[in-house]
Amino acid sequence: MDALLDVLTAICLLGGALMSLAAAIGLLRFPDLMSRMHAATKPQVLGLFLMLAAVGLQLRAWSLVPLLLVAWLFQLLTVPVSAHMVGRAGYRTKHRRPELLSTDELHDVVAAVVEDRDEA
Amino acid sequence: MEIVVVIAAVVLALAAAGTIYRIAAGPSLLDRVIAADVLLAIFGAALAMEMALTRHTDNLALLVVISVIGFIGSVTVARFVAHRKEEA
Repeated sequence: MDALLDVLTAICLLGGALMSLAAAIGLLRFPDLMSRMHAATKPQVLGLFLMLAAVGLQLRAWSLVPLLLVAWLFQLLTVPVSAHMVGRAGYRTKHRRPELLSTDELHDVVAAVVEDRDEA
Repeated sequence: MEIVVVIAAVVLALAAAGTIYRIAAGPSLLDRVIAADVLLAIFGAALAMEMALTRHTDNLALLVVISVIGFIGSVTVARFVAHRKEEA
């Protein structure tokens, strides 16, 4: 039983570390802000979940599970909000590269707003 | 178990080096913010790994604090960037 839990822990640790490496490679290789954002959220959610699962597996106490869940859920709540804020700021300050987008769903909306403002 | 931890630590160190390069190289402020966020996540992963290795829970509060700091930091910088560009 102990050996099995240790193997599961090892898998979780390696998986979490590889998530961080994937994010770093994504940050280095992807061409623009939006695609880098897509790579960045992997260690923050899935990587942290795997690491916390490893902690739970090693300590083997059910009383610890709610605490670990709170730490993870907090990350799960804050990461999308900050990613949304960064993405919004990035779009508005022309950090996007339009030639890399296949569809730009915001373009028409923003154009309409600018038109309204110019008429007023 | 020790071998696995050493491998994971090396992988985390490589990832941290990559994000630090992105923080240094930019090219824009928002790229640096995202890279700093990832660096904080890597720190959190290292703290959790240390807890799993030595079987204690001392770092759990630190993990929560790290995610709060990352959240507040990137939201603040995102607002700041938006305002500066609108004035220009």
